[in-house]
Amino acid sequence: MKQFNYTIKDELGLHARPAGLLVKKTGSFKSNIQITKNDKSADGKRILGIMSLGIKQNDEITVTVEGEDENEAALELKEFFKNNL
Amino acid sequence: MITYTGKTVFNGIAIGKIAVFKKKDKQVKRHHIEDTDKEWMRFNKAKDAAIEQLKNLYDKAVAEVGSDGAAIFEVHQMMLEDMDYLDSVKNIIDTQSVNAEYAVAVTADNFYHIFASMEDAYMKERAADVKDISERVLTILSGEVSDNVLTKEPSIILADDLAPSETVQLDKSKVLAFVTVHGSTNSHTAILARTMNIPALINVLMEDYEELNGKLAIVDGFTGTLYIDPDQSTYENMKEKQEDDRKKKELLKELKDKENITIDGQRIDLFANIGSTGDLASVIQNDAGGIGLFRSEFLYLEKDHYPTEEEQFKAYKMVAENMAGKKVIIRTLDIGADKQVDYFNLEREENPAMGYRAIRICLDRTEIFKTQLRALLRASAYGNLAVMYPMIISLEEVLEVKKIVEEVKRELDAEKLPYKNIEQGIMIETPGAALISDILAQEVDFFSIGTNDLTQYTLAIDRQNTKLEKHYDPHHPAILRFIKMIADNAHQAGIWVGICGELAADSSLTETFLKMKIDELSVSPSYIYPLRKKIRETDVSKL
Repeated sequence: MKQFNYTIKDELGLHARPAGLLVKKTGSFKSNIQITKNDKSADGKRILGIMSLGIKQNDEITVTVEGEDENEAALELKEFFKNNL
Repeated sequence: MITYTGKTVFNGIAIGKIAVFKKKDKQVKRHHIEDTDKEWMRFNKAKDAAIEQLKNLYDKAVAEVGSDGAAIFEVHQMMLEDMDYLDSVKNIIDTQSVNAEYAVAVTADNFYHIFASMEDAYMKERAADVKDISERVLTILSGEVSDNVLTKEPSIILADDLAPSETVQLDKSKVLAFVTVHGSTNSHTAILARTMNIPALINVLMEDYEELNGKLAIVDGFTGTLYIDPDQSTYENMKEKQEDDRKKKELLKELKDKENITIDGQRIDLFANIGSTGDLASVIQNDAGGIGLFRSEFLYLEKDHYPTEEEQFKAYKMVAENMAGKKVIIRTLDIGADKQVDYFNLEREENPAMGYRAIRICLDRTEIFKTQLRALLRASAYGNLAVMYPMIISLEEVLEVKKIVEEVKRELDAEKLPYKNIEQGIMIETPGAALISDILAQEVDFFSIGTNDLTQYTLAIDRQNTKLEKHYDPHHPAILRFIKMIADNAHQAGIWVGICGELAADSSLTETFLKMKIDELSVSPSYIYPLRKKIRETDVSKL
């Protein structure tokens, strides 16, 4: 299992467009991906669940990756958050 | 005459009849279904058809407003394919043995309430999205053909609210303006109206708006006013205002996408000066050929700590990507003098304009400089970036800067981070640099003349001292001689030269600059069209 924290910098938070990009990204991995904010979790491959977390600017989220390609997935997702959010 | 006010989303004047856009009230009836598998298949067929429609809408929106504005329709497709959404629909059909319409309506309602209860205005908008996609599926399930023909003649569209898909589907040649009772400036409809240049008002609070169908109305997007049954004088005033606006927009349209070329065929680049990423919209609206001066100070001024490499990288990358291949020249940190930042802990100086500032700080505190260069080089992989260094006075400084850039590149190579070999230029804003510009030109890729500082240093006039204003003459022959000399030295060395100070926007000097064969003028975005007009009317051979 791989896990990392990230604090959202985008002023609109995890809004529709990056949520769409994120789901495209997570969908390309075999691993299970969980996004957690304040004890509430959502499946990282489901856009409505992610958006219903209501992630805003300065919120800290935890990304948990588990599965055969977890190393690669965690690395690429870290990079994704840095570049897009 | 009745007057309503609302919030302007896009300005402009529209005069015409009102056409009320009424959503078809979809009363969803619940009924018992025997074969739930068949019902689930029926839903899936409708869902696939809806996704097909959304794909077409996406293409239509890309053509009309570009891929950024169209992205919402891609997100809508993802929402319709979301497992939580599909599981909910399937679960309701299976466990309650009910029709697909009912399952969709209940699912939509559940998600609608999750989003609508959020405190975040932007996320609240997602409630409208869920409703929008569900209504699309319901329309397909009902077998109705949704017709977009609202009116035969061009009208002012009045609605409670408009979903993005409804906005894009409307036949634009029939839309004079949008007016909605609800909606927010964050909504995609507002964004679409803006990119389509259609006058639009939102939050126009009114009751019984449906009764206004067919009435004559005027939308004044400049003041956010809606007039119903306007009286004669209002009508005439607005007609005149509309004509003025039309003429202004026509002039702009005439100049849009036109080259900055003189009658006798001499070209010059018109770039924009910006002070933060927030200025990007006006750069694009004013058709700038690039960004000639991106003042990076804002990244430092708006923070209470040194901006990190990532923070800077994100800002530079964003600008590079938004300018889509057009040149973006980022000026490295120019702090000190009149721009002070607490956390830099700079000592008070007697004469700050001639003091510890800009490149002098950067070459002293190289860690700050290197962080900026790393961010900048990394962002260069995403567009067409160039870098320029302020307040240069000597060849040694240039050589030292270039050495540091090489070090940073080696670091990036070692970390396998991509970057481009970007153009490096210097600001010529001191008499010292101007006088040795022939030597400096051998070492850099371009010059950008900073006329504000060049004037203050050459004429020994403090820009901050209001008593000296009458002596501050940027048309002084000494300044113009300097500019000519710098341009000649640049061209002799085979590099290009631009002007990025206030003087660049001075249209009484445009002819002079053209004669000097200046390659680029970088000005505030609003000066670009007036300068383009001036350039296109100039014949350098007759000067």
